[in-house]
Amino acid sequence: MIRVHDGGVRTTVQDAGRFGLYHFGMPPSGALDDYSFRAANLLVGNEEGAAVLEATFSGPTLEFEEDAVIAVTGADLPLKLDGEEQPSWTSLAVKGGQVLSFDFLRAGARAYIAVAGGIDVPVVFGSRSTYALCVIGGLEGRAIREGDVLPVGSARPAAAGRTVDERLRTALPKEVELRVNMGLCDYRLTDEGRRSFLESEWTVTPAADRIGYRYRGGQLSFVEREQPFGAGSDPSNVVDVGYPVGSIQVPGGVEPICLLNDAVTGGGYVTIGTVISVDRDAVAQSKTHGKTLFRAVGIEEALQARAERRARLDAVRAALS
Amino acid sequence: MPPIVESPLPEARYTYGGDEFIFCEIAEAMSFGANFKALAICQELGRRKVDGIVEICPANASYLVRLDPDVIAPSDLLAQLKQIEASLDTAHVSFSTRVIDVPAYYDDPWTREVLMRFRANHQAPEGTDLEYVTRINGFASEQEFIEAHHGSPYYVSMVGFVPGLPWCFQMVGPERQLEVPKYLTPRTDTPALALSHGGAFAAIYPVQGPGGYQLFAMCPVPIFDPKEELPDFQDSFVIFRVGDILKIRPVDREGYDAIRAEVEAKTYRYKMIDVEFEPQEFFADPEAYNAELVRKLYA
Repeated sequence: MIRVHDGGVRTTVQDAGRFGLYHFGMPPSGALDDYSFRAANLLVGNEEGAAVLEATFSGPTLEFEEDAVIAVTGADLPLKLDGEEQPSWTSLAVKGGQVLSFDFLRAGARAYIAVAGGIDVPVVFGSRSTYALCVIGGLEGRAIREGDVLPVGSARPAAAGRTVDERLRTALPKEVELRVNMGLCDYRLTDEGRRSFLESEWTVTPAADRIGYRYRGGQLSFVEREQPFGAGSDPSNVVDVGYPVGSIQVPGGVEPICLLNDAVTGGGYVTIGTVISVDRDAVAQSKTHGKTLFRAVGIEEALQARAERRARLDAVRAALS
Repeated sequence: MPPIVESPLPEARYTYGGDEFIFCEIAEAMSFGANFKALAICQELGRRKVDGIVEICPANASYLVRLDPDVIAPSDLLAQLKQIEASLDTAHVSFSTRVIDVPAYYDDPWTREVLMRFRANHQAPEGTDLEYVTRINGFASEQEFIEAHHGSPYYVSMVGFVPGLPWCFQMVGPERQLEVPKYLTPRTDTPALALSHGGAFAAIYPVQGPGGYQLFAMCPVPIFDPKEELPDFQDSFVIFRVGDILKIRPVDREGYDAIRAEVEAKTYRYKMIDVEFEPQEFFADPEAYNAELVRKLYA
């Protein structure tokens, strides 16, 4: 069991996600930075998809009731055990009664705290992930807070001191380039609108969370047309469609929104492309006021990036097996 | 009611949605034909049990598939989807579905309280949403609008946004479809189970949250039950599926309260029947076809 002394800004239980229910309107939820999440589990000897804590912008303060093996990956959020600084991306032995706490964030946005055995909250519709909008999964469907007690699953923990090579850790650049596979309803964009999207420097607005990231910078214009039946009157409206996770929509042409794991599954705003799966991790590690560029890529480049990430994760697996 | 004659569908448009999604737009405009075609392709894809398919989501006039590109190459799936489209006679589909009774209390105090809080977001800040939708659809009175709103059944053409929300397309010809703009700026609040209308679609909000559709009624029975407490939710946490036919049945305050009491006691069950839906018969004489569905439901 883990006692929560302080939940941090926003810390939720997340696993690999909830699948097969998108057609009912259930988003996947799950860890936003999939690579850091899997590495955290590998470090402590868990199954890769086990439930962890996803801490946003600041870390929680946690007291471990029993001995445990933990690891923290993702954002550069300095961690301490009983006040003594400890390395991230490393498996650590925690004695019963010790307290894990964090200093201020140095880079990135989301840290992953894995505990050998996983956070053992009930499985809801196939996943332990928190989906706060509908109050399901995780701990009572919400972020953790002071006074909570988190159950830990039984485990044969990995040894302490295992570490992920620096070169295999998540990059946390100040400026992010997101590779976007243009498509979906991008025929609605004018050439100028497309250029503005791909050539403007965008800034992450304060509206940036697990539902989606909203950007400000350029101005997008749509091809004039008589709106088709059922689409609604605004030129940024289409007859409601399903939204891919990672898709970018532009209500009113002003602020592009990149939808993430807790987003709505469909709606009537023009979608113009999709951030490739690998780069959803980069969105998750960007934060308000951060600079973002969008670069158009085809499906082959998206698959190549995916293969490269798989190779990196394979290298982590090999080093820790 | 005259027969419904829809324009032929354009060529479907396929695009990737990154490496994990394929989006197919059957048509830019909403029509029954576009939806039936999307549904037929999704059903056939489901039947084929293709390895690497993660999600199959029919939508109003399009569909979305999520895949695992480590298992199936996106280009292979795209080719298979095109092959399904070519192999199916999507103009002559029929499918098994359900007709479901959906009680609703029009001009209720709860949606009224919420909509009055958001007049600054609205095209017609001086009145209510009901007054607005009545006026812009050319009805003489709110009562007439309400009667048109529940007079013919609805076809569930999409489920999503949040868990369980049905997009409902009224089963009438284009000349009788109610069309209303969405709020100028979305509300930050909508009561759970509000019945609403936006564009050409009626929708019921499953949970409290933001929303932009015009509000004018409240449903007493949950449509999303994550704890699966009501008997109808034992097998699934949502009630509506694409292809369902909904008959909205107006109730007054007394009727609303009586149903709420049954919901609270966890005994309420939706009245529903299984039917084989025959689009060609529906198109030929929608009024008679709808009347027969409703007669069977309440028989």
